[in-house]
Amino acid sequence: MAKSNKPVVWFPFAAGGTVIAFFIPVIALLTLLVAFGKVPAGLSYESMHSWLADCVLAKLAVFGILALSLWSSAHRLRCTCFDFGLRIDTLVAAVLYSAAIVASLAAAMFLFRL
Amino acid sequence: MKERLIRLEVFRYNPDTDTEGHYQHYEVSCLEEWVVLDALNKVKETLDPTLNFRWSCHMAVCGSCGMMINGEPRLACHTFLRNYPGTIRVEPLVHFPVERDLVTAPDDFMEKLKRVKPWIIRKDKQPIEQGEYRQTPKELLRFRQYAMCINCTLCYAACPEYGLTRHFIGPAALALAHRYNQDSRDQGRDERQEVVATKEGVWECTFVGACSEVCPVHVDPASALQQMKIASSFDWIKEHLLPGGGK
Ligand code: SF4
Ligand code: FES
Repeated sequence: MAKSNKPVVWFPFAAGGTVIAFFIPVIALLTLLVAFGKVPAGLSYESMHSWLADCVLAKLAVFGILALSLWSSAHRLRCTCFDFGLRIDTLVAAVLYSAAIVASLAAAMFLFRL
Repeated sequence: MKERLIRLEVFRYNPDTDTEGHYQHYEVSCLEEWVVLDALNKVKETLDPTLNFRWSCHMAVCGSCGMMINGEPRLACHTFLRNYPGTIRVEPLVHFPVERDLVTAPDDFMEKLKRVKPWIIRKDKQPIEQGEYRQTPKELLRFRQYAMCINCTLCYAACPEYGLTRHFIGPAALALAHRYNQDSRDQGRDERQEVVATKEGVWECTFVGACSEVCPVHVDPASALQQMKIASSFDWIKEHLLPGGGK
């Protein structure tokens, strides 16, 4: 039995899982703050938007967070499909990973056009 | 001491006469502080000597009394009647072939256990006169938890992945591979990786985590598998992306 190439998809999945654990709560909190109209000055849409537009590092960081989270979610969904008995793993994997890649590319295009 | 009438619904199967299993009901008076194994023993002694189940130590050490109790993989000697107010359903461990009544055949697990070479492998054996391989308490702590496994196979019954994909090496065997990999006296990780880093090894695991929940001695096989996934991923990077395969 040959060693598996699974690390190729698993490593970004694990990294994405860590990123999600750290950033999704922040995003949820910000969304709540916006809902209650209590956004701290530095975190308003306008100031974040202009900051992102000016700073390449910020764009890269946001892209990293989005791409890894998307990949991680795609992989988790793939495993969930498998665990629920959907045994067409190759097709499921192709569809979900493609969706993650397309969404990441779209995010990149949006970020770098700012 | 308080006694209570315990109702048991027990899976029965006799390979000599039955084509499939059925459930039999028993009622026995038990002390409140007894465990399910005591109730089964009382049934066997007073009501039905034909009932078969495995046990030996009665203290969660031998690992032989694993069974499904109200649908959950548990040690019968470690499952207190006081936590079960209603009828208690007792069935053989799932994911293993049933031999008779509550007795299952653990052969597949035994075979997988052997494949991960759960013993100390040395490349350079030191002569006996040089004494034992010494180890600090800190080095011991790196693997102690994983050495506590009693081979009860509850984690195999709990693992949906093993239920779906029988070639999966599974939680306990992989946790034991990790136990030896983490042992400062061992030099056999490369050999074990040939099994651990394959699709049948850690990569079949989707981190459901049920193994760690049911483990009666807190081995936490899921953590061992995750640690091996990380280490195997670094191996992969070394082998495929670094010049010279990281050798
Ligand atoms: S890891 Fe825990 S549940 Fe699995 S066989 Fe060992 S002791 Fe039993
Ligand atoms: S009888 Fe030994 S573990 Fe239960």
